[in-house]
Amino acid sequence: MTSETIAASTASRSANADPSTVAGRDLRLLMIVPGVLVIVGLFVYPFIYGFISSFNPQGENAEWLANYQRFFSEPRLYETVGKTLWLALPVTILNVGLAVPFAFMLRTPSRGQRLLSTLLVIPMTLGTVLVAEGLMLYLAPNGWLNRSLLELGLLGSPLRLLNNYWGVALSLLITGFPFAFMMMLSYTTGIDPTLARAAATLGASPMEQFRRIYLPLLVPGLTITFCLTFVQAFAVFPSAVLLGAPAGATRVISIAAYEMAYEEYNWSMASTVAMVMGATQLVIVGIVLGLRQFSYRGPVVGGKG
Amino acid sequence: MDFIRDTMLPRAWRWFVIACMVFFVINVLLIIISVVVSSFGTGWFTGWLPEQFTPKWYGEAWKEFQLQHVLLVTVEITLAVVAISLGVGVPAAYALARLQFKGKSLIMLLFLVPLMVPPITYGIPLATVLYQTGAGGTMWGVILANLVPSVPFAVLVMTPFIEQIDPRLESAARVFGASSLTTFWRILVPLLMPGILAAGILVLIRTISMFELTFLTAGPDSQTLIVALYYSMFAAGVRAQQSVDAMAVIYMLTTMTGLLIALRFVDPSQLVGRVKSQKV
Repeated sequence: MTSETIAASTASRSANADPSTVAGRDLRLLMIVPGVLVIVGLFVYPFIYGFISSFNPQGENAEWLANYQRFFSEPRLYETVGKTLWLALPVTILNVGLAVPFAFMLRTPSRGQRLLSTLLVIPMTLGTVLVAEGLMLYLAPNGWLNRSLLELGLLGSPLRLLNNYWGVALSLLITGFPFAFMMMLSYTTGIDPTLARAAATLGASPMEQFRRIYLPLLVPGLTITFCLTFVQAFAVFPSAVLLGAPAGATRVISIAAYEMAYEEYNWSMASTVAMVMGATQLVIVGIVLGLRQFSYRGPVVGGKG
Repeated sequence: MDFIRDTMLPRAWRWFVIACMVFFVINVLLIIISVVVSSFGTGWFTGWLPEQFTPKWYGEAWKEFQLQHVLLVTVEITLAVVAISLGVGVPAAYALARLQFKGKSLIMLLFLVPLMVPPITYGIPLATVLYQTGAGGTMWGVILANLVPSVPFAVLVMTPFIEQIDPRLESAARVFGASSLTTFWRILVPLLMPGILAAGILVLIRTISMFELTFLTAGPDSQTLIVALYYSMFAAGVRAQQSVDAMAVIYMLTTMTGLLIALRFVDPSQLVGRVKSQKV
């Protein structure tokens, strides 16, 4: 008998006498209750409440779908979906597209990897508001970026990067890329390097190893990283206001939701916008997860099957 | 030819990737440094650097933005969120790591979803509910809102730490007659201290830098530093740009201190959120 089975049998023998067990139920399960209450009360309930209230428009004898009719008939509202997608999708594709080769290159633990992840964590920790503050100075016509490009003779006149699409896109790149990179890094380091070595023994070049071994194994991680990076980018708010054109090209959907709640005080309409926002995210995530069905699924570690 | 394909190209590609990374990091650092430089400058309209340097903006920011009050509120809210998240999250993580029960995967999902949905999406319905109960616009409203991502985050950070502890230690304690509560306090909590510390600091940093939820639920007296910074940036032109920058530097110092402490205990990738918590 190993010590483990002894411990197990002792535990089961004393089960009836154990004060922590009542009617065969482990009372330790109660430890999970406060945590579940917090999430149900502050996340699930408000979501359901918001969903229901989006069908209860404010105002006299309004129809139950009036909020949604308003959203899809006013250009100021429905155009935000397209504008947000036009920001979030290209930036997400770029972020994840860059993160894959970079994480692949740095997959073996080294001092450089640790230093780089530390440096990349900084913009994420500081958050979008501070990055926006920095970009306001850095991207300004007399900021360091334009100044460098002018001095190098690469530009004739300064680039206009603020109060338009580009400022917001750059801020999403700066906060989104580190996130995508760190996620991808945790997936690439999880792939057994002996698989690639086996392929190398059979004559696969590094490029082939990446394409035939790593890439198929990375697809699950890639889809999750894409979804999470996209969802974060789609909810862009402070930088769209501070760096973009909040009345024009970067009037994103979260701005519309905010205005409904805190400027029109139409909470039911604000919930409607939030529901449309959530639904759009779900649709994109659903498409991405659906595409994943066409790829390899299975273990990422080698071994004697 | 094979030499070029197998040795030269991968090597060139490697250097290209490293160059891109260095370029990215340098730009990020320059973005941050420009805030620091501007906060010490008298005026910065042309040239690489401001004409003269002065520390006076920090004094002005301190007075104009009532930073003493704002910092006090930030500390109170953050500490409350950390304490409640740990108090609620550690036991939940223990139950999830140790016990098998019906509906466990549903509960896991319940803790994962709030981390994946962006705060702005659920923040508006949450703020609606909080304002109706009267908690909206108060410190408690801000604390409650911040619990939504913090409790699941504490659970996810704690779970691997709990799994590392040998269950036989608990069995041994029981053999000697310790109750569940005694086992938890005398055996588990001391052994889990590194994990509790890590989770606490990570929740701390995330709460200080949580803009969206605090922004949606805070009233004038319950703004944290990041929200106060946003409002002062939003009202650009009302105050001197440099005193806004000074406030940004103060905010940066608070988060960076937390980050430096955190990096002594945890791997940087943990700061991203441990979505991939299940073992292969």
